Amino acid sequence: MATNQWWASESFWRKTAIWVTGGSFVVLMLLTMDTISQISVGTTRVPAYSVINHRIEYKFDEQRRVQVPVIGVKEPLFGKELNEEEAEALVKLGKLTTQAKNCMNCHTLLGNGAYYAPDLTKSWLDQYWGTSEIREVQMVEFIKDPSDKLHNSMGRRMPKLGITDEEARGVVAFLKWMSSIDTNGFPYNFKSIEQEN
Amino acid sequence: MATPGICDSANLNGGQKLAVKYFTVAITLFGAQVLFGLMAGLQYLMPDFLYGVLDFSVNRMVHINALVVWMLYGFLGSVYWLLEEESQHEIVGLKLGNLIFWVLTAAVTVVVLVYLLVQVGPGKESSLWLINEGREYIEAPRWADIGIVVSVLVVFYNVAATFAKGRYTGIAGVLVLDMLALFGIYLAGMFYTTNISIDQYWWWWVIHLWVEATWEVMVACIMAYGLMKVLGVRRKIVETWLYIEVALMFGSGILGLGHHYFWIGTPEYWFSIGGFFSALEPIPLVAMVVHAVFDAGARHAKNSNHPTMAWLIAHAFGNFFGAGVWGFMHTLPQINLYTHGTQWSASHGHLAFFGAYATIIIAMFYLAVQKWRGDVWMSGDLPGNGWKWKWALGLLNLGMVGMTISMLVSGYVQSQIERAIEGSSWIGYFAAQAHPWFTQGMWWRELFGVMFTVGFVLLVWDLMTIGRGEKRTLVPATSET
Repeated sequence: MATNQWWASESFWRKTAIWVTGGSFVVLMLLTMDTISQISVGTTRVPAYSVINHRIEYKFDEQRRVQVPVIGVKEPLFGKELNEEEAEALVKLGKLTTQAKNCMNCHTLLGNGAYYAPDLTKSWLDQYWGTSEIREVQMVEFIKDPSDKLHNSMGRRMPKLGITDEEARGVVAFLKWMSSIDTNGFPYNFKSIEQEN
Repeated sequence: MATPGICDSANLNGGQKLAVKYFTVAITLFGAQVLFGLMAGLQYLMPDFLYGVLDFSVNRMVHINALVVWMLYGFLGSVYWLLEEESQHEIVGLKLGNLIFWVLTAAVTVVVLVYLLVQVGPGKESSLWLINEGREYIEAPRWADIGIVVSVLVVFYNVAATFAKGRYTGIAGVLVLDMLALFGIYLAGMFYTTNISIDQYWWWWVIHLWVEATWEVMVACIMAYGLMKVLGVRRKIVETWLYIEVALMFGSGILGLGHHYFWIGTPEYWFSIGGFFSALEPIPLVAMVVHAVFDAGARHAKNSNHPTMAWLIAHAFGNFFGAGVWGFMHTLPQINLYTHGTQWSASHGHLAFFGAYATIIIAMFYLAVQKWRGDVWMSGDLPGNGWKWKWALGLLNLGMVGMTISMLVSGYVQSQIERAIEGSSWIGYFAAQAHPWFTQGMWWRELFGVMFTVGFVLLVWDLMTIGRGEKRTLVPATSET
């Protein structure tokens, strides 16, 4: 076999490797800058934390052919309207709690994590909570001590993780805010809690 | 020269002595990974097993963290193993390297103890610094992150400085740049943000660019060295292949990152970019199979270390099927919408990590044992016809393939019942989890997990005994003419 062909030469492939790697990385950096600007808090894709003052729905969009979050009328979480800083502080407490309690090693968030417990992306809108009137109280109570609550027919239960009342409220705020993120239709075909009144 | 057949550190150079330490911790953590995996798997079948004591979240965290760390130890050990031979120069900072090994190992021990004994903390930043960062795969608390970065930096310094003083080969060039990337990318995961979309954006930089880019290039370097070592393939050939693999790997893998940006809030253009480039990702893995199998065939599989060569071939196929085929199978957004966050991912993750990385590190273990025992014979005609390494190879690979298929079956059930029919709600999730087809998959996974465990025990036994008392020495693989 001839080994002096250009396509079989070491130097050709070394240069190719360098240029392909460098080029791909530059493209990734440019895309990253654009993406970060589109997913910062307060954009259409990722709403401001004060969105927790509003009703959030997940409705089918005829044009995009997937469900998208729809921000509706004023419906403050726990009946108390928060300003931007207060809302951010509450959501931050919730997010920190989800990390400190290792939620991601049973649940998925935005579909990422472990597969032992349900996805939390749209859990704020889940029919499990009954009606939208009792949802907030149900969620707080469940998160504080899930060990004796109804889960499923299989006996798989969430453990009590020592979550305080304030932390549980933060987690609910975080989950409500997360449900307003535009996830391009994930999860698919989701059936929401009844929110008409 | 010491008597052949006895483990004697006089047979090893400085870097190799350090490598043996890394390998010892690696295989210990591999055992921990298997044990905690079995416990987590059992909790799917018996939810009350260790409930409130070692919950699924804890077992699963230890399972995947042991995985990441044992593989990191395997890679750092492999790098130290080949460094002096490749550079033909003594390692410049061996004492520092040794010190850092002990520091890192102490840190890993503390982290695991905190995972097991403290488990969770209050919702404050201090919990992320001291206990658990709560982000899958990179749960290690922030103080340990800093330790990992410093450790990788020290290895990087040793690699770069030793090659700079000695012989700077093609493998050296790729390895130095890859170590730098390994260090740099980890930094992207070391901050807190409340915005979960931004959080997961950078989190994927660490997970994907480590695992699907820098680790793949790392194993390509180890493969190049391994093929020269056991088959005697010419340097020019393995290094040309190495460049081809780097071009294909980074060319597809860097923008293939986009397949993680379909559903986390990121814009829709990632559908096209992620779909296209991740579809290309199997190509370099095909190239690696062709390379390894062609070289083995060209040498009529006459090699100086049969277990190593067998595991290198297992690596080539495992990487292609686990990372390539199993990844591609659900990487396009049209499919991924139904599979993202289901047992499909677990199925892919298991075969990919084992096929791509566990295999080649095991190949290095055998190479290390051979030299440690004084370059003993490890080709055909081993005592007992080498039954231990052959059975370990068979049980580990069959066990893994069995687990992979079982989880895939359960994944199908989830996609169908939870996603397509029931609409991804809590009720839909449990309708799928309670379905007999799903639970059957989980039972089979556990059974194949036990088979895998038997293979692991056999592997450890074999590594401790192979070549013991062997008087024949190896016939070095020579370069073909």
